[in-house]
Amino acid sequence: MAKLTLNDLRKLRDETKRNMSQRSTEGKRAEVVIGMGTCGIAAGAKAVFDAFLDEMSKAGIEDVTIKQTGCMGLCFSEPTVEVICNDMPHVVYGNVDDKTARRIVREHLAGKALVSDHIFDKPSTDIIKNAGK
Amino acid sequence: MAYKNYILVCAGTACESNKGKALYEALEKEIKAAGVDAEAQLVKTGCFGFCEQGPIVKILPDESFYVKVGPKDAHEIIAEHIVKGRKVERLLYKENKAENDPRSNDISFYRKQLRIVLRNCAVINPEIIDEYIARDGYAALEKALFDMTPDSVVKEVSDSGLRGRGGAGFPTGRKWLFTKNTPADQKYIVCNADEGDPGAYMDRSVLEGDPHSVLEAMTIAGYAVGASKGFIYIRAEYPLAIERLNTAMAQSREYGLLGEKILGTDFSFDIEIRLGAGAFVCGEETALLASIEGNRGMPVPRPPFPAVKGLWGKPTVINNVETYANIPVILLKGAKWFSSIGTETSKGTKVFALTGKINNSGLIEVPMGTTLRDIIYDIGGGIANGKKFKAAQTGGPSGGCITEEFLDTPIDYETLQAIGSMMGSGGMIVMDEDDCMIDVTKFYLEFTVDESCGKCAPCRIGGRTCYNILDRISKGKGQPDDLQKLKDIGHSMRKASLCGLGQTAPNPFMSTMKYFEEEYRAHIEDKKCPAGKCKDLLSYSIDEVKCVGCTACARKCPVSCISGEVKKLHVIDQSKCIKCGQCFTACKFDAVKKG
Repeated sequence: MAKLTLNDLRKLRDETKRNMSQRSTEGKRAEVVIGMGTCGIAAGAKAVFDAFLDEMSKAGIEDVTIKQTGCMGLCFSEPTVEVICNDMPHVVYGNVDDKTARRIVREHLAGKALVSDHIFDKPSTDIIKNAGK
Repeated sequence: MAYKNYILVCAGTACESNKGKALYEALEKEIKAAGVDAEAQLVKTGCFGFCEQGPIVKILPDESFYVKVGPKDAHEIIAEHIVKGRKVERLLYKENKAENDPRSNDISFYRKQLRIVLRNCAVINPEIIDEYIARDGYAALEKALFDMTPDSVVKEVSDSGLRGRGGAGFPTGRKWLFTKNTPADQKYIVCNADEGDPGAYMDRSVLEGDPHSVLEAMTIAGYAVGASKGFIYIRAEYPLAIERLNTAMAQSREYGLLGEKILGTDFSFDIEIRLGAGAFVCGEETALLASIEGNRGMPVPRPPFPAVKGLWGKPTVINNVETYANIPVILLKGAKWFSSIGTETSKGTKVFALTGKINNSGLIEVPMGTTLRDIIYDIGGGIANGKKFKAAQTGGPSGGCITEEFLDTPIDYETLQAIGSMMGSGGMIVMDEDDCMIDVTKFYLEFTVDESCGKCAPCRIGGRTCYNILDRISKGKGQPDDLQKLKDIGHSMRKASLCGLGQTAPNPFMSTMKYFEEEYRAHIEDKKCPAGKCKDLLSYSIDEVKCVGCTACARKCPVSCISGEVKKLHVIDQSKCIKCGQCFTACKFDAVKKG
């Protein structure tokens, strides 16, 4: 690696900062929790995780944490994704695929509008309360 | 693509010595075996500080805090947490049983801490410069070189109120200013990493966990005072820290952050490592400089101070590791921010190595002015085994004891000095009711006597004489005027010794004599050790009424000096007894008496 100039250093810092932002939980405004139990993975949760990471970096969203959790008990509608945004209601999305994941990033996280057609309608409150915690 | 999970594994010396390395390798293997190497990144990081519970594994972004993790747990962590997203409950740190998976920031060990010096420890991989850069690393150097003049750098450091973290607490900015204002063709920047206090490992952890912060700060100091050459004096007993420093230096040279024409400017600065052989006196600045020059490590009288006439007679800035680690943050966040933390006279934070009879021993960083009570009871989790607090020793062999009555004193340089101790480099050893103050004092004095370089008489002869007096007190042969003798010699040593080692060597006994005079008198007059620690003043005997003849004590006795038949009274042969106390612990009927 050649010696850095001031601009190189600044560029490198921006780049490395982005790479490390997923590691930190400070100053994040939202949390995306993906159900990665056996049922979730079988239904394609891994691809959904990738879609979230990819779409968020495309949209330049850095203040959202993506976490994984175990089975929420909603195996019939896996993959499930819970989105906890500071200024919006907590929502659990069901049957999320690659396309829906990208819509959640664009519409929910960036656009602050719920992706209504994929909301898991009124799940039991006790399940939602404990999910992902 | 970014990773989904980050597995942070402590790679500090404390955890490495506790199978941390095997754990890292086991995790590495499991990640490969599970085929998740593209999803989870294993990060070898610096000390988490919570050494009591080590080795520690932290998973991000979940913030799951796994403690006491062994290599055999690696499979479960990867297979459960990383692959299936299920936390491994049994390894999670739980403060009380009812609590379910506290986030690491909520653990009370961390709650009252403020990590400035340790900002990157346990966050980044110290062997990868990019991770340091991502955490605003070298941004302070950038700011200094391009936006600030050397004068304004020195002013910022002065205004911050930062004082030397190595012991005496001399204002860092003033040191820099002296060196800056002394004209010379060559000036030097020296980092004192000769951490020698028993039980202290703050500097080691910073160097192991965040070596670049020290390199960056030394380069900034070089720019500020006009030096082009730096030395890190580190003891050879810190092989891991040395290895990490070498890695870090190679990386910054490659990036042009160290060496000729840094970041394309006209400023050049490079650093060399000098290994110390582990002599305590070499932590004293003039002795340290002598050792770097290749001479025997012995102090010389000051003034002239090294800031004016130091290494090879040239003006030299010499600060310790923790002091340097504060510099980049001060330049980035400003003197005003830094001086808002702490007390009137002592700004910022202090790192302490909390050890001894305490539940959560480890490395902590608290704002100046935190009380000892907060440190011991909130962060440290109280005294181990429900015993009573007796004293805390700060400042190592140069320091003194803080007793119960001062638990609520806000800790800073001045208050500690006022109560007869000192900040020192930050070792803090907690003692409980079972510790004998004469025994502890003897330990520290033995250390300084051993480490005295022998150049000046007050230290060489005074220290030895005082040790002999303490030794005879602990053996029940103390004389009535011994306390006065200790005081007299102590005062002379303080006044007449050449360097800090001799001047502060009397501190342990001066301080304990002040607060624990009763205990000294008990040893001298009654020939008793109230804590039951001094073996020569101790005897074990068996109560005739309580003994049921269970033979438990006789079976435990390593020298077979307990005789007696089953179901009959047992007797200890005092002439053979080595006072190990095993019979005392073994007896279930309180029949063995200590006294």
